[in-house]
Amino acid sequence: MNITIIIGGLPVCITTGDVAFHHLLRRQYAGFLALPEGVQADPALTPVELEIELATPSRIADDEDLQVRFEAGAWTLQRGDFHARYYPALRRGTVRQSANRHSIDSVIRIIHSLELAGTGGFLLHAASAVRADKAFVFSGLSGAGKTTMARLAPADVDLLTDEVSYIRPLGEGFSAWGTPFAGELAQPGSNLVRPLGALYFLEQARENRITPMPLGEALRLLMRNVLFFADDSQLVARVFETAYRFISSAEVYRLAFMPDTRVWNLIR
Amino acid sequence: MRDFYPRRAANLASRILQGEAVIMNPADSTMFNLNETATAIWLAADGTSTLREIVEREVCAGCDVDAEAALCDAEEFARELEAHSILTLSALPAPEPLL
Repeated sequence: MNITIIIGGLPVCITTGDVAFHHLLRRQYAGFLALPEGVQADPALTPVELEIELATPSRIADDEDLQVRFEAGAWTLQRGDFHARYYPALRRGTVRQSANRHSIDSVIRIIHSLELAGTGGFLLHAASAVRADKAFVFSGLSGAGKTTMARLAPADVDLLTDEVSYIRPLGEGFSAWGTPFAGELAQPGSNLVRPLGALYFLEQARENRITPMPLGEALRLLMRNVLFFADDSQLVARVFETAYRFISSAEVYRLAFMPDTRVWNLIR
Repeated sequence: MRDFYPRRAANLASRILQGEAVIMNPADSTMFNLNETATAIWLAADGTSTLREIVEREVCAGCDVDAEAALCDAEEFARELEAHSILTLSALPAPEPLL
């Protein structure tokens, strides 16, 4: 059985022989089984095919750290709960894991981060949302307030994610796509894409205030919050160049905020 | 060390933003933000000038600064960058300047 999950415009076709796992995937990625409305398929984004081999949990050690390394034409993705091989030139791979949603979700995130690194985009620890046809991205590490910003969003805002934002180049600028990658909010984002309005680095405070950021500091913070898992210095350098291009073209601010809906009055 | 030749390490990712360098070592993803003076020294560290010459040229020229104090600060800075493998210090000049 196949299921094609489309995140950021990139189709990932997952094959599994297990009916229950197939249904689990259909539920988990229900909002991401098609491109966003009005978006045409990008011929440059060749689908990725993943074959799942389910293993009993006892055969999977759960105490290993994540390793992502490239050898002999293949990425090896390994953590205690999964082992995957991905051949980027062939656009296919295999995943061995138990029948749980967290492992495949991690594998999908890692493959997207690798593909994005080669195409000028990145995944970012950030909530993001659409307002007035622009995407606004709120970045910060755990506890910075990503989920709080998402919870405080007023009715005219569509949430793209409260945890992992998906950034792709768009002309001279960038766009933000919705993702099913949820944080504490435990709900997937809307399957939408919009041009980037602004990036805010979150900081909890006793008032709501937006201030411009020095570009050097913005670049450093952006790199700190980019999700990139591979032990590959060439790709890391490419991500740095993408982050520089992003900082140079986007509006970037520090957003000091208190947990109050009025903070959204500043987001336009 | 003052008469050693500092040279930016190879394979670094760096950009100058508003006059200040942001440097990343892709091998371990460590990042550094340099102020304008440190950036001037960093950019001049092409392996063909001593630290003393760089400080005289990039920091002291046209400014009313204590040359000895400036050199001390630059030496500390160079040691720190060397410890993070983003600058090398050599007793001999490089055969060719770093571009």
